[in-house]
Amino acid sequence: MNTDHANVLEVEDLGVSFDGFKAVDGFNFYLAKNHVHVIIGPNGAGKTTVLDLICGKTLATSGSIKFKGKELRGVKEFKIVRAGIGRKFQNPSIYENLTVFENLELSHPTGRGVIGCLLFRRTEAILKQCNDVAAQIGLLDKLDTEAGILSHGQKQWLEIGMLLMQEPEIIMLDEPVAGMSVRERTQTAELIRRISKDRSVIVIEHDMEFVREIADRVTVMHLGKILAEGSMEKVSADPKVIEVYIGH
Amino acid sequence: MQLFFRTLFKTRGEAIAFGAFIALILIILPITLPIFRLNLIGKYLTFGFVAIGLVLLWGRCGVLSLGQGVFFGLGGYCMAMFLKLEASDPVTTAIQSTPGIPDFMDWNQLTELPAFWEPFKSLPFTIAAIFVVPAVVAFIIGWALFKRRVGGVYFAIITQAIALILSLGIDGNQGLTGGRNGITDLRTLLGWDIRSEHAQYVLYFISCSLLFIVALGAKYIINTRLGRVLVAIRDREDRVRFSGYDVATIRAFIFAFAAMISGLGGALFVLQVGFMSPSIIGIVPSIEMVIFTAVGGRLSVLGAILGCLIVNFGKTTFSEAYPDLWLYLMGGTFIAVVMFFPNGLAGLLEKIPFRKTKLAAVAEKLRQPTSDEPETLATTPTSSTPSSNEH
Amino acid sequence: MGEYTSEELQSIFIMQGFSGLSLFSVLLLMGLGLALIFGQMGVINMAHGEFMALGAYTVYFCSTVTAEYAPTFGPYYFVVAIALAFVVCALLGALVEWLMIRHLYHRPLDTLLATWGLSLILQQTYRSIFGAREVTPTLPDWLMGSFTLKEGLDIPINGVFVLCLSIVVTAFLILFMFRSRFGLRLRATVQNRKMSGAVGINTGKVDRLAFALGCGIAGIAGAAFTTIGSTGPDSGSRYIVDAFLVVVAGGSASLLGCLASAFGIAQAQSILEFFLDGTKGKVATLLVIVVALMIRPQGLFPSKVRGH
Repeated sequence: MNTDHANVLEVEDLGVSFDGFKAVDGFNFYLAKNHVHVIIGPNGAGKTTVLDLICGKTLATSGSIKFKGKELRGVKEFKIVRAGIGRKFQNPSIYENLTVFENLELSHPTGRGVIGCLLFRRTEAILKQCNDVAAQIGLLDKLDTEAGILSHGQKQWLEIGMLLMQEPEIIMLDEPVAGMSVRERTQTAELIRRISKDRSVIVIEHDMEFVREIADRVTVMHLGKILAEGSMEKVSADPKVIEVYIGH
Repeated sequence: MQLFFRTLFKTRGEAIAFGAFIALILIILPITLPIFRLNLIGKYLTFGFVAIGLVLLWGRCGVLSLGQGVFFGLGGYCMAMFLKLEASDPVTTAIQSTPGIPDFMDWNQLTELPAFWEPFKSLPFTIAAIFVVPAVVAFIIGWALFKRRVGGVYFAIITQAIALILSLGIDGNQGLTGGRNGITDLRTLLGWDIRSEHAQYVLYFISCSLLFIVALGAKYIINTRLGRVLVAIRDREDRVRFSGYDVATIRAFIFAFAAMISGLGGALFVLQVGFMSPSIIGIVPSIEMVIFTAVGGRLSVLGAILGCLIVNFGKTTFSEAYPDLWLYLMGGTFIAVVMFFPNGLAGLLEKIPFRKTKLAAVAEKLRQPTSDEPETLATTPTSSTPSSNEH
Repeated sequence: MGEYTSEELQSIFIMQGFSGLSLFSVLLLMGLGLALIFGQMGVINMAHGEFMALGAYTVYFCSTVTAEYAPTFGPYYFVVAIALAFVVCALLGALVEWLMIRHLYHRPLDTLLATWGLSLILQQTYRSIFGAREVTPTLPDWLMGSFTLKEGLDIPINGVFVLCLSIVVTAFLILFMFRSRFGLRLRATVQNRKMSGAVGINTGKVDRLAFALGCGIAGIAGAAFTTIGSTGPDSGSRYIVDAFLVVVAGGSASLLGCLASAFGIAQAQSILEFFLDGTKGKVATLLVIVVALMIRPQGLFPSKVRGH
């Protein structure tokens, strides 16, 4: 891999250790524009930690994270978000007491400072964007529903919708289909394919069928390191991968 | 204008309750109560400034400060220093060994005014200081702590320690601050005798009017996007951060705002009561202000003001009659409120269907035929229960 | 400090250091109890000072009863009183946990407020039973007096006794936490409550025992306190902020951190109090801690957990 300009995100030699334990070590990762890149690996492989490192939740101890050529290491979380990287958490993280509409509206990027918040007004453009996103995530008829009473799958979609409101260039999804029904999985796969038309997506997932459906590229992690990388076919044929993961 | 009004009050019931409260404070009480009692009410209501700050900071944003007395005190001391200097002119203090300085300095063998007292000879400076000093102190504390993700009980403990530091610090420096006795014997404001009955009436009306302005300001904040972000920070801090908000700065701002209005409350307290002492700003009063807010309703601006009135009224009447029982009652009430009615009196009133229907009927009558506003906006964070999602 | 000779300074430091050790002992015992409760369930017990006062009043009660009914027992009652202080406070702690605290888990700020309400009630109870005036138990003779190491350098015996007591309690607590079956359950519950429940640990019972243990240690702190000061209804509340700072500065749940910060805070206060007058020394100490916590909020020995 070289520094190709088609890559939006270039992670090189990334590492972090907690009290001597290397959770992620020598991690290289190149995210191509408008690709869906899936990270798989057994539990404790360091997948979620990689997302934490990219979005600034955890500080890396070595390596570099370059977003469109700009270094993100050491940049504050909210600034990374503002630069254009959105992140969904493993458990749906939404505002349960607010309606779906308010959840989406709160994620809209205008007026994120104190003064901006005070002067914020609901403009036509913002209303339209909320509607568009709600339509994309299939919650158009639920705009006035309190988010807390949505089904688990709908909550996951809402959180994806909240990311879409920010119009990020990279979306990171941590196990988006965990706990979803088969039908919901198919819908989520479609959603991810659709949103990756204008942006890159990083997904962490366990469900191999689902990965096969969405992935342009797959990285397999094991014990904090990269075990294999490539297309799903190539990776699933790799004997090392079969040994540690798929063979189980 | 109508839009502005709608930002302040989400329902007609809210607007009516607020209007009724203003009428009670500005019309009914001044007519019915003797000035002595009215002055007491005015004093209680100055705690309302702190309580409003706590509604924003604690109820909405989930940050509990046990040091709000500090900011009340900073504002109060700024005011008291100005008044004390005015009361210590060289003529009235001619018998002192150093005329022209406050009496307690003279008792402590000070021979000249300390430098930090000097600017408080100017009223404009004093007024600016009442707002700026508490806000800046709070912003620095908040910035340092929130940037490092200090919150919850840690923040409560550290602010409590700050309250202890300030009250002990004032207590221990008698010559500079008046020490334990505080700054007493305040008489005039630019020559106007603040102890006269007339002045007490005027000050009551000024103080209450300012309280209502601040209350409306707080309601405005609550109903803008900032208010929704505050609740979101309380319930899902990480999500807010990963929606691109600078959580630490927003918290520090709200902390500074709460401190600023607390300082204003402190200054108005001094004007109406005529003294300031460290006993009003230490650990116990700071927690008591949290009690007022909790009893009245930590989510409701109006509720918190009512809480100040009710608890203080109870304290005055009950502790006169049964001093031994008062602490039991206060402790018990507080435990009960925290355990069973976390939204306080305001939350309790909201739950009574009778009141709702009655108010709705009144609202129906008042409704103008041309009005076609949508009623869908009632789903604001007001319906949320605090800390139900905290872990 | 210019007016002191270096020899005088040395004596002052040693003497103030020793008087600081008494304060250290009380703060350590208070802090250990708080750290145990806070580390276990994230509960801040604002009534902890009142538990300390209860321990002190228990000693006073024992002292009065002994003087009245069994004067010959006088020299020995103190040891029994310490044990009794522990038991009384632990029982009250268990009751409070059962009635109040267990309903407020997951609402840590609310436990802080509810226990403050409790502290008001307890203070008034002490006032009703023992009166508003401060009381002092009659200490046995063997606790009085002091060693004279050299001229101008007296070490009070009660200070040494209290120090030994707190060391013994700390040692017991550490053994208990890291060597006993219950300690294992408790540590397991702290690390993963759900999992502990799943493997058959009665986490509710563990919580209650931990809370009771913490309160019991506060009772011992109260017993230790009687040797260095007299007890009033609000004695406990005077130590509560210091005790909280000990816990926070030490790194919340770390026993070692608690030990180190209690030592530092007590010594700083005690030595500064000699050179500045009483409250100024305390203000300076508190100010240093608060500023330090603003710069390094995780305290001396932060718990190292991935992510937090």
